[in-house]
Amino acid sequence: MVFKNVRDWLEAPAASVAERGGRLNVLRGAVARVTTPLLPDDYLHLANPLWSARELRGRIVDVRKETADSATLVIKPGWGFDFKFQPGQYIGIGLLVDGRWHWRSYSLTCPPDWNAPEHGGKRLISIAVKAMPEGFLSSHIVGGVKPGTIVRLQAPQGGFVLPYPPPAKVLFLTAGSGITPVMSMLRAMDRRGLVSDVVHLHSARTAEDVMFGDELRALHDRHPSFQSHLHLTGEQGKFALADLDAKFPDWRERDTWACGPAAMLDEIEQHWRAAGLAERLHVERFEIERSAIGEGGTVSFGKSGRSVEVDGATSLLEAGESVGVQMPFGCRMGICQTCVVTLSSGHARDLRNGDERREGDKVQTCISAAAGDCTLDV
Amino acid sequence: MAITDIQTFSHLTAADIETLGQELDTIRRSVELSRGERDAKYIRRTIAAQRGLEVAGRAVLFGSRNRWAWLAGTALLSVAKIIENMELGHNISHGQWDWMNDPEIHSSTWEWDQTGPSSQWRRAHNYSHHTYTNVLGKDEDLGFGILRMTRDEQWRPIHLVQPLANLLLAATFEWGIALHDWAIEKELTGTPKSELLSAPNREFARKIARQVSKDFLLYPALTGPAWKSTLKANATANLVRNLWAYAVIFCGHFPDGAEKFTIEQLEDETQAEWYLRQMLGSANFKAGPAMAFMSGNLCYQIEHHLFPDLPSNRYPEIAARVRELCDKYDLPYTTGSLGKQYLLAFRTIHKLALPDRFLKRTADDAPETSSERKFAGITLPNTERWADNNWLLTDPETGQRRGLRSALHEAKVVLEEKARHEKEVLREAKRALKEKARQEKELLREAKIALQEKARVEQAALRRKTVREKGFRVRLRRA
Ligand code: FES
Repeated sequence: MVFKNVRDWLEAPAASVAERGGRLNVLRGAVARVTTPLLPDDYLHLANPLWSARELRGRIVDVRKETADSATLVIKPGWGFDFKFQPGQYIGIGLLVDGRWHWRSYSLTCPPDWNAPEHGGKRLISIAVKAMPEGFLSSHIVGGVKPGTIVRLQAPQGGFVLPYPPPAKVLFLTAGSGITPVMSMLRAMDRRGLVSDVVHLHSARTAEDVMFGDELRALHDRHPSFQSHLHLTGEQGKFALADLDAKFPDWRERDTWACGPAAMLDEIEQHWRAAGLAERLHVERFEIERSAIGEGGTVSFGKSGRSVEVDGATSLLEAGESVGVQMPFGCRMGICQTCVVTLSSGHARDLRNGDERREGDKVQTCISAAAGDCTLDV
Repeated sequence: MAITDIQTFSHLTAADIETLGQELDTIRRSVELSRGERDAKYIRRTIAAQRGLEVAGRAVLFGSRNRWAWLAGTALLSVAKIIENMELGHNISHGQWDWMNDPEIHSSTWEWDQTGPSSQWRRAHNYSHHTYTNVLGKDEDLGFGILRMTRDEQWRPIHLVQPLANLLLAATFEWGIALHDWAIEKELTGTPKSELLSAPNREFARKIARQVSKDFLLYPALTGPAWKSTLKANATANLVRNLWAYAVIFCGHFPDGAEKFTIEQLEDETQAEWYLRQMLGSANFKAGPAMAFMSGNLCYQIEHHLFPDLPSNRYPEIAARVRELCDKYDLPYTTGSLGKQYLLAFRTIHKLALPDRFLKRTADDAPETSSERKFAGITLPNTERWADNNWLLTDPETGQRRGLRSALHEAKVVLEEKARHEKEVLREAKRALKEKARQEKELLREAKIALQEKARVEQAALRRKTVREKGFRVRLRRA
């Protein structure tokens, strides 16, 4: 007990760093008594950007082209990264462009605790990014991020995961870059030698657009229990769910993971619900990388669970107050920064100049309005 | 009374103020749009340099028993603390670098190397002070509750010790700020004073414990045999930082020309009027690049108050544009050398330590506080006459706009003229008095002479009489 108290006390200054409870945090906390108000990490990362667990960081060690408009980034995370994530989870990644950090979330494509022999056996992670026509950051990544670049990371998260051990019969339904989280699941199964009866149906426009095509084929060859089906929409049109019965008659017996465009997921959900199988379906909705749309929308307040519909001229602060949410505020005119809150999803717009704010950004609620639906972390 | 009506005071119409506001918005927007890699590099380099200096300073102090090492270490540490305080802590907490979206350089998370917790300071400073700049009774930075910095504040006997209080505040500035912010935090959050373990109290205590133990316990202890000299070095570095921060703040807010406002001015204040209040309420001091950097660019206090959340490294270029606006609208742009600005503030501190009956000017017309009433009967044209057309005058000869700056100038000229005139009258009265005195003296002298003459005559008569009587007696005897 006493020991625990002492340890807690020692760790206290470092309580907020990523690597919680590690032995390193006791040391970090102890040293922080003399580096206060900073952490030792704040000095160390000046020597090596990866030497900080205060904010997770990583270095891009490899950029691999997957298709004409997609690429895999192999990243060596710095201190404090938890490699024991679950296959199917995503991470937040921040890239510096013109002095500003841009944050997006991407699914991890690697299995947990992965080390690639060609990178000297170091523990690494990988994500795959597909350039979206209007996607500023995805185009930037695919178009030319150099190995060596330092990125920021957020811990793996998300509930779209493959349990361990995997269910006996599995169906993966993916389209486009929706294949990325499933890749992590497949690779994890492969690595653990636990490939159960898996059917994977992947839609892409053309054969050239298929990400990880070779790897899927190799997996297919190595594991007789894994069937990979490609559906090329450019030739065959959209995959009709009605064909499931004919193609995979046992689909109802399978635990299903689906990931792809929203319209496809809506359809799948409906289909599964109609079949009374909603419980066995897991879907992952990708954040669609696009510019803010619309004026106003539904503003949700994550912590208090309230929401309200507002127009594009109402500030988020007013929106919150109108439904009784305790919003922090000060000057109410955009100068004091007292009202800053994290935008946990959706888009907002700075009313003073029309600048766009998006998921992960911190917004001044007194001078920002909803640009489409959005959620605030209060 | 300080300014109650900024429109009248500034000699601008509502429409003028509105356009001025738009022009300032344009400046803001252009800086926002051009923020980029160059600015980001600036702040990252500053951070790296500051940390480097601090580490170097602390390292050198291990040898602080040597006189030179002590001096070098203390100097390094002082500089590091000043940069940390001014260019980093102050500016980052203002949200000047929030646009970078960097979680480590963000107003919501930055903690500074001072006794008070950043979060409490942010509320008191960013909100109370920057929203209500120089509004009496609203902006508690106006004298920090210790000093009487405007004649509008009632004099109390305690103000007699103001010169001393000022010295004390300067030396312990970080503590002054910390206590001040702590009180405001409790007031703004409605925390009852009786609640000892309230969140603000706990946060305050924790921060102080960490700061004090770092500089006065742990570092000295770490340097072993050099603990005494290290302790002295740390105390000195804190003192240097305190004095410098104090000087910068006082030069930004209390030289003559940094106007004060009343609560009336706040009522229905437009955004553009808010801008104008910031402009008229702050003062700059002249600084080269090095001094500007060391002051956290607060030598550009006017620009900082107009745009508290724009990156500090852009203030010099903003300043050039603000000055142009001041010229255009004939508004004053208060600046001067650091020494001059501080002396003006210093003079105010000492003057206002005295009760009002010793003060010559009033709150409407003093060098450090004036109001629109100052112009009554001087330059203000009959407001009614000018009401619907633009009463911001244009000089018919030069085509120059004539506004506050000219009015202030004229007020000064008129006052000087008045003073000259009064002196003249006084001199004349004195001369008349002297003349009268001279005349009276003359009269007196004449009267005296007449009297003397009279006395002489009388005496002569008396003598004659005596002689006569003597002769009479002799004759009697003979007879
Ligand atoms: S309340 Fe002051 S910036 Fe929003």
